[in-house]
Amino acid sequence: MTATSTSTPTSSDSDGPAGGLGSGAVQPNAVAATVEMIDVVKDYGSARALSGFTLSMQPGELVALLGPSGCGKTTALRALAGLTPITSGTMRVDGEAVAHLPTNKRDVGMVFQSYSLFPHMTAQDNVEYGLRMRKVPKAERRTRASEMLSSVGLEELGHRYAHELSGGQQQRVALARALVTQPSVLLLDEPLSALDAKVRVELRELIRRIQTELRITTLFVTHDQEEALAMADRVAVMSDGVIRQIGTPEDLYSRPTSAFVADFVGLSNRVAGTLTAGTITAYGTTFDLLGDSLPDGPVVALVRPEDVTFGDTGVPGTVITSSFLGSLRRTIVRLEDSSVLTVQHDASDVKLAGAEVSIAFTGRPVSARKP
Amino acid sequence: MTALTDIPRANPQAPDAPRLPRRGAVRHSGADVGPSRATRIVVLSMAALFLGLPLFALGAFTVRGGLKGGVTLSHWHDLFGGELGAASGPLWSGLQNSLLLSVVTVVVMLALLVPTMILVRLHLPRLERVLEFVCLLPLTIPAVALVVGLAPVFSVVARVFGSGSWTLAFAYVIVTLPYSYRAIQANLAAVDVVTLAEAARSLGASWTATMRDVLLPNLRRGMLAASFISIAVVLGEFTIASLLSRTNLQTALVLVSKRDPYVSNIVVLLSLVFALVLLFALGRVGTQTRRSRP
Repeated sequence: MTATSTSTPTSSDSDGPAGGLGSGAVQPNAVAATVEMIDVVKDYGSARALSGFTLSMQPGELVALLGPSGCGKTTALRALAGLTPITSGTMRVDGEAVAHLPTNKRDVGMVFQSYSLFPHMTAQDNVEYGLRMRKVPKAERRTRASEMLSSVGLEELGHRYAHELSGGQQQRVALARALVTQPSVLLLDEPLSALDAKVRVELRELIRRIQTELRITTLFVTHDQEEALAMADRVAVMSDGVIRQIGTPEDLYSRPTSAFVADFVGLSNRVAGTLTAGTITAYGTTFDLLGDSLPDGPVVALVRPEDVTFGDTGVPGTVITSSFLGSLRRTIVRLEDSSVLTVQHDASDVKLAGAEVSIAFTGRPVSARKP
Repeated sequence: MTALTDIPRANPQAPDAPRLPRRGAVRHSGADVGPSRATRIVVLSMAALFLGLPLFALGAFTVRGGLKGGVTLSHWHDLFGGELGAASGPLWSGLQNSLLLSVVTVVVMLALLVPTMILVRLHLPRLERVLEFVCLLPLTIPAVALVVGLAPVFSVVARVFGSGSWTLAFAYVIVTLPYSYRAIQANLAAVDVVTLAEAARSLGASWTATMRDVLLPNLRRGMLAASFISIAVVLGEFTIASLLSRTNLQTALVLVSKRDPYVSNIVVLLSLVFALVLLFALGRVGTQTRRSRP
């Protein structure tokens, strides 16, 4: 199947040389599928978990569902997997309605948040299990499972049981197990949340690389915005059972369509201002309003830390703390009116606590909400 | 064809890789806060004495020469050499019945309890308390009261299945329910059956395959424990069999002991040793499972 025209990376975006891996060579997915979830509703008694959830995914695309706890992101993923029956709505994979199909008939691969390897089987047997269910001959099963384990860098550990593997290794095996059957859709339910920071970064790069090279349509649930922005082609920000905004990570960060998204994705300073005819005035600077329109009057503008700068003139303030973050630094400043702002600036510009500074704004468009 | 590239290889010796204990190595976790070696030896010796002395006395009684005095194996020879004749008849049929009852009880108990508990855990978690209450209820009902309640039921059972001793298994399943439930429940609590079942289903397994390949192997310890406990209970049960006029090992022992106390004591001794072996086997199963899990 060829990729349709989308704004998402395709197999050509692979960051390694084509055909570069010997023993771990795994075929790219020949059946990368489109996914459509239209007006999906899920009620738990009187509580509505999904409220007209609509999402469309292109073949080979990785979409991250991002949102606060209880926003319905895991419910949406489980609904697509068939693990949670929906109340109403339509779900299609490659044009075929799947809402009525049981999980084992949906051709999905899934990696869970908790370690889900079968404890009584070795890593190799775990990876082979899905092939066994598809009645693949034993010799072929062993070969494909070994290749898949090799692809996740675990070719030497196929004989080990789950308790003999670290958390990161277990999730690698779980990934290999989910991918070895070449499913139409890969579903990742916060697979990195139980891992420590270093392993998490390694594994997310591995997932992204394999997903890109196998060109498998992937839905990824996370509450970690850094993870979502780093891995996904598109990020869908959810709240109250619906998608508030979906777009590329850059879109979400730079052009949030609502105060909720601006507030949830990345850091924002809350700056009191006045809205007049689509323009916000605060501390003598004017900002164009992004996203939802608001009635004129007092508003809270959401200004990114990189849109606040130090200068020779501007609003006077006092440095409270300054944190070194590698190539940049975040400094927290208390203004004379007691409001507190975070300024993101070059790491070489060191600001000591207690220093008197002046701050200014770039004036880039901002989102805002009522105070 | 595109190949996957430059995947970092997992290092079995990596800092985050769990270290496998060497074969035969003893694991110590942190400071040794247990009792001293001497204390352990004293406590274990006292326990062994407490358990072993009655068994030894029982064994000694079975080799006594009666009024003639001295030591003799003639009572054992009488029992196993078949020289007891008609006196041992009820004993062997009682033993046969008890063994058959053990098997039927275990089969019916596992067939009823395991799927029910899995079903409740996976799909009806709100019913767990109800199931627990129902399963533990027999503990609060005296055996005599149970028999009074079961008597009319067994008249129906006799019409449907006949009056063979094996039908007592239906009552024994109820009697063993609390112990079996606890054993399986402990295993269920230690295994994330929900995630395992969902993982198996997402890999294309039907419910039958999920049960057969994934859930039952991981509940083996609980099922074995439940089976052993059930066998021990069935082999030692007297009241229900006696009141419902059925023959099992215990009722036969009472009968035989009136004719030949040596024979009944030999069988009691063997029963106790068998129960001890079962308990050790249970302990071994638990130990092996602990070793095979983190």
